[in-house]
Amino acid sequence: MAGASFIECRNLHKSFGEKPVLRGVHLIVEQGETMVILGGSGSGKSVLLKHMNGLLIPDAGEVFLEGLAISRLEEEELGVARKKVAMVFQGSALFDSLTVWENVAYPLNEHTDWSLDEIQTRVREVLSLVDLKRTEDLYPAELSGGMKKRAALARALALRPKGLLYDEPTTGLDPAMTQRINRLIRDLQQRLGVTSVVVTHDLESAFAVADRFAFLSGGKIRVLGTRNEIKSAADLGLDEFLASD
Amino acid sequence: MKELTQRWVLKRRFPIEAGSGYLGGIGLLVYEILRCLRRRWEGQTILAQMEQVGVRSLSVVILTAVFTGMVLALQMGSYLTRFGARPYGGRILAVSMIREMGPVLTALMIGGRVGAGITAEIGSMKVTEQIDAMRSLGINPIHKLVFPRVIALVIMLPLLTIVADFVGILGGMFMTMVEHDVSASFYLNSIIQFIRFQDLYSGLGKTFFFGFFIAVIACYHGLEAGGGADGVGRATTQTVVATSITILISDFFLTKLFMQLS
Repeated sequence: MAGASFIECRNLHKSFGEKPVLRGVHLIVEQGETMVILGGSGSGKSVLLKHMNGLLIPDAGEVFLEGLAISRLEEEELGVARKKVAMVFQGSALFDSLTVWENVAYPLNEHTDWSLDEIQTRVREVLSLVDLKRTEDLYPAELSGGMKKRAALARALALRPKGLLYDEPTTGLDPAMTQRINRLIRDLQQRLGVTSVVVTHDLESAFAVADRFAFLSGGKIRVLGTRNEIKSAADLGLDEFLASD
Repeated sequence: MKELTQRWVLKRRFPIEAGSGYLGGIGLLVYEILRCLRRRWEGQTILAQMEQVGVRSLSVVILTAVFTGMVLALQMGSYLTRFGARPYGGRILAVSMIREMGPVLTALMIGGRVGAGITAEIGSMKVTEQIDAMRSLGINPIHKLVFPRVIALVIMLPLLTIVADFVGILGGMFMTMVEHDVSASFYLNSIIQFIRFQDLYSGLGKTFFFGFFIAVIACYHGLEAGGGADGVGRATTQTVVATSITILISDFFLTKLFMQLS
């Protein structure tokens, strides 16, 4: 399944004011895999994720997306790269003045010259993919937490991205909905071959979806490996993190 | 906000300081807005914003202007009578309204009403990551959100000022008729004969700049908002203060500039 690198972070450094968050992160996400980035609250997981599609600019280092260095591209030039890798935000980040249908159709309206029928077909397709039918006319404020996450996922999938970045996809959801989202992440990888990077501190979800894990602590990737490798790794911070769940 | 605009600085290998700080940030935002001029203009969004900015502000602008005109007439009438210059009241009022009171009061009202609204709207999108979501979908928020608001304000503020000037003069006329026994035809004729093109040009010329300043400052504070609802509230207050100060200070320099030009 895995192959060439899809996203490569090379020696990333990022500080906010005086506070360093990333201190030389090296990470390669391979084509087709699901990489889970583990770490405690405030460890910089979301900051790292937001470098992968150019939402944040590193102070030093570089991010490569399918070999293209994206860190210092202008916003316009980044548009092409961002169509390849979509993001699902922690709080869903649906446009609250638009209905679910309009939210999902938004990137299609912007980036394609499709007719209304074609857009309609694609919106229905992705909404049924995330099991979210009959909600097209609802506004985000009328949706439950799990429905919002799935609508956000549908919007992210609309342009058929090669990669998906999930920021805490199961935070704040009940166990049943958490399992449902985990299954969706897994299904999307298996059915559509989407490369995924999932940031979470929820170990159960992490083990349910990951092919490989990266443990971020102290601004660096401390441990990288498969399920067995991460369980047997000798890292005090990781041991504490795994034991905390 | 910084990630949106500093990419330009980074690409050209300028010192990063060029994009930091309040004025640096505003400068980069202005540059990005100007770059949007070359891109596709979203007619429908601009029209919707013009309605939001202009049509919905009409009542507050009319109310401000009519009472300003009335109070000016009231104040001037009693003083001018002392010098036997009561017939000049209409002319002085019209010049004050067209050159200063109309443009500045309209800009202050719009800065408060519309500027605060823009900051609150963009700010709440920022803190709920909707701006990042837009960027992650390959859509530039400056082109999508900021540019239509700038264009709408630059177009609508002069139009609202024309309404304010007109209504203010009518308010003054009403008060002059009631309090000082001057007929409407005399009042209006004296104004029409006295007002020159330079008065209109100086008064309205400033409002294009005011509209631009209000939109840029309001959008900047919205894009810079952080820290949840509290942060959006702070950003909104900053917008009202910053737009008011900018309008009052720039009014002096713009008046000077238009005087030189005419």
